[in-house]
Amino acid sequence: MQPTESTNAFSPEFNQRLKRRYRAEQSFKLMGIGAIFIALAFLVFLLSTILMSGYSAFKQTYIKLDVTLDKEYFPDEDLAKGDFQGIVKASLYSMFPEVSGRRDKRMLNNLVSKGAAFKLMDMVEADPKLIGTSFSIWVPAKDDVDMLMKGNIDMDQPEANRRIKDKQYERIRTLEYGGRLQMRFNKTFFTSGDSREPELAGILSAAKGSFYTLVITLLLSFPMGVAAAIYLEEFAPDNTFTDLIEININNLAAVPSIIFGLLGLAIFINFWGIPRSTPLVGGLVLTLMTLPTIIIAARASLKSVPPSIREAALGVGASKIQTVFHHVLPLALPGMLTGTIIGMAQALGETAPLLMIGMVAFIVDIPGGFTDPAAALPVQIYLWADSPERAFTEKTSAAIIILLGFLILMNAVAVYMRKKFEIKW
Amino acid sequence: METVADTIHPAIPIAEARETEHDNVIQTDVTGTVGNPFVDTPRMTCRDVYVYYGDTCAIKNASIDVACNEVLAMIGPSGCGKSTFLRCLNRMNDTVPGCRVEGQITLDTTDIYHPSVDVVPLRARVGMVFQKPNPFPKSIYDNIAYGPKIHGLTASKGELDEVVETSLIKAGLWDEVKDRLAEPGTGLSGGQQQRLCIARAIAVSPEVILMDEPCSALDPIATAKIEELIAELRTQFSIVIVTHAMQQAARVSQRTAYFHLGNLVEVGDTDQIFTNPRHRLTEDYITGRFG
Ligand SMILES: Nc1ncnc2c1ncn2[C@@H]1O[C@H](COP(=O)(O)OP(=O)(O)OP(=O)(O)O)[C@@H](O)[C@H]1O
Ligand SMILES: [Mg+2]
Repeated sequence: MQPTESTNAFSPEFNQRLKRRYRAEQSFKLMGIGAIFIALAFLVFLLSTILMSGYSAFKQTYIKLDVTLDKEYFPDEDLAKGDFQGIVKASLYSMFPEVSGRRDKRMLNNLVSKGAAFKLMDMVEADPKLIGTSFSIWVPAKDDVDMLMKGNIDMDQPEANRRIKDKQYERIRTLEYGGRLQMRFNKTFFTSGDSREPELAGILSAAKGSFYTLVITLLLSFPMGVAAAIYLEEFAPDNTFTDLIEININNLAAVPSIIFGLLGLAIFINFWGIPRSTPLVGGLVLTLMTLPTIIIAARASLKSVPPSIREAALGVGASKIQTVFHHVLPLALPGMLTGTIIGMAQALGETAPLLMIGMVAFIVDIPGGFTDPAAALPVQIYLWADSPERAFTEKTSAAIIILLGFLILMNAVAVYMRKKFEIKW
Repeated sequence: METVADTIHPAIPIAEARETEHDNVIQTDVTGTVGNPFVDTPRMTCRDVYVYYGDTCAIKNASIDVACNEVLAMIGPSGCGKSTFLRCLNRMNDTVPGCRVEGQITLDTTDIYHPSVDVVPLRARVGMVFQKPNPFPKSIYDNIAYGPKIHGLTASKGELDEVVETSLIKAGLWDEVKDRLAEPGTGLSGGQQQRLCIARAIAVSPEVILMDEPCSALDPIATAKIEELIAELRTQFSIVIVTHAMQQAARVSQRTAYFHLGNLVEVGDTDQIFTNPRHRLTEDYITGRFG
C-alpha cells in the first residue's frame, strides 16, 4: 500500500489529527476522574454527617445512686412486685434532702431514667439475697440529662422553652462535681430492643429481626434463584413459553417493592395465616423481591461461561447435568454469589414491603426465632426518625451506622467468596 | 427449498464432472460422490446423510466410510460443511438448536441416531478434539482423569493414575508435565494444551477420534508434534481430521474426502487425490484455484 500525501505518517495533517485524538482521550479521562471525584465527595459528605451525628449515641450519661433495699419495699411474695421506683426515689431524696413539694420532687425524679427501676428489679430477681443490703449502682440518666451533657440543650433559652429547668441544671452540676455523673459506653443500645424512652432504646431487636429475615431470604432465594437460572439457561427448550417466563422475570425485577409487600399481606398473612410482623413473613416477602435479581445475575454468569468448556465436557461423554454441575457451575458460582449478595443487600435496606406486613410495629422484646414479632433495621431507622424526642436523632444516625456496617460486612463476604471460588484461567 | 449450493453451481452436477487429462474413468455411483467412499471393514459408515440448520441444508447426501486404523482427512473451502459433518459423527450437533440430521450413520453396525442410542456412551466411543484447545480449568491430572471417572472405567486410584500416565505418554506430553500434574491445564502452552486435549480424548479409550482443525492455532513445531502423534495414534484408533492445510492432509492421512458447498465431491486414497484428482472441483481446490 502506497500512503498518499495527506495520510503520510509524518505529514502535518496526520500529526494534527493525532493531537486531536490525544486531546479527546485526555478530556474523556478528565471527565471520568471528575465524575468519580463528585461521587466520592457525596459519599464522604453523607458518611461524615452520619458518623458525626451518630457516634454520640454510643455513649450515654449514667448517674451513680446509693440504694438501700429495705424489706419494706417488698411487701409481696413476688419480688417483681416490689416498689423499685420507690427505692430509686428514696435514694435521690437522700442525696438532695432540701427538695420538697410535689413539683420539685417530680423534677428531681425526672433526672433518672425509668430504666433504673428495671435494672434494680433484674438484679434482685437474679440474686434475692440483695434485699436488706445497701450498695452503689450506676443507672442511666434521663434522655434530657443526656442531651444536656452532649451539648444539645441551649441553656441560654428562656426556661419555659427548655426541657431542663434551672433547678434541674443545678442538681445535675452538683451530681457532676460529686463524681456521680459520667459518660459511659452505651451498652443498652446494643443489648435491648426498642423503647419509648430514648435512653433505654436499643438496636438489638431490629438487628436480630433483620438477621432472621435475611436468613429466610437467603435460604429461600439462593437455591430457588440458582435452580431457576440453571434450568432456564441450560435445560429449558427455546420456545415462546420460556421467552414469556424470561420477560416476566425481567419485569418482576422492576416492580416497586411495596407491591411485593401488598402481595405478601394478601397471600402469606391473610390467606396462609402466617403470623404478621415476623421474620418468617418478612423473609418470604423479601424472597419474592430478591428472586428476580438473583435469577438475572445467575443467568448472566452462566451465559458468560465459554461454550468451549461445555463442548469439552460433552465431548468426553459427560451428560448434560454433569457438564453443568462439574464444569459450568463452578465457573459461574462467583458471579452468582456476587449477584446474590447484591440482592441480599437490597433486601436488607428494604423498608416499604415490611411496612405492609406489620414489621413496623413497636417491638420491645428481642426476637428469639423466626416466628417472634420483630422489627428490621431500616424500619427501626424509619420509626426513630419519626419520633419527636431530640435524643432519637442520634439514635437514628447510630442505627444507620449499624446498617451500613452490616452492608459493608456483607460486601466483604461477597469479595471473599468471589476470591475463594474464582477459578484462574 | 433451494439452497445456495444449488443456485451457484447448477451447471456442475457431480455426475457430469469432466474427464481429466488422465485416463481415469469418472466414477458416478449412487451417492453422487466420485472415487472410493467405501471400504471393506468400516468402523463407521454414513449413508445418505443430510444435515439442516433450520431450513438451510448444510450437508447434502453424503455417504462415506471410516475404516479401522486409518486417518481420514476432510478438506474443502471454508463453510463447505466439514465441521458440520464431523460433528454428526459423535452427535455433537444435538446441542445446536435447529440442527437436524437425516440419513444413517453407524458405529460398528449400530445406528447412532437410533432413538434407543444414548449419546453419553457414544461420545465416550467417539472422542473429539476441538479447533481451539479447551482444557478444563482444573489440574492437568483432573483434565485427563475426568472422562474415566465419569464413565467408571477405573476401579481404583492406582488404576486411574495409570490411565492418566499412559494417556499422557501416548499424547507425547508426559515428559513435559509429569512433575506438574497438579498445576492447572490452562497454564500450559497452546501446543501443550492441544496435546492435553488429545490425551483427555484418548483417556476414555475411544474407537474413533474426531479432530476439527487441531493445529490451526499452533506453530509449525507444535504442529509437527501433533502430526507425529496422529500417525502413532492410528495404530489404535480411527481418526477423522478436518484440516485447511493440504500438506497436512497429505502427510498424515491415508484417505481424503473433499467437500464443496455441502456436497461430498470426492473421496479417495490421499496419494491419488493429491496427484490425480478425478473431479474438476477437487482439482481446482488442490491446485489452489479456490480458497
Ligand atoms: N450453528 C449453525 N447454525 C446455522 N448455520 C450453521 C451453523 N453452523 C454452521 N452453519 C452453516 O453451515 C455451513 C457449514 O458450516 P461448517 O462450520 O460446517 O463449515 P466448515 O467447513 O467447517 O468451515 P471452516 O473450514 O471455515 O471451519 C456454513 O454455511 C455455515 O454458515
Ligand atoms: Mg469448521
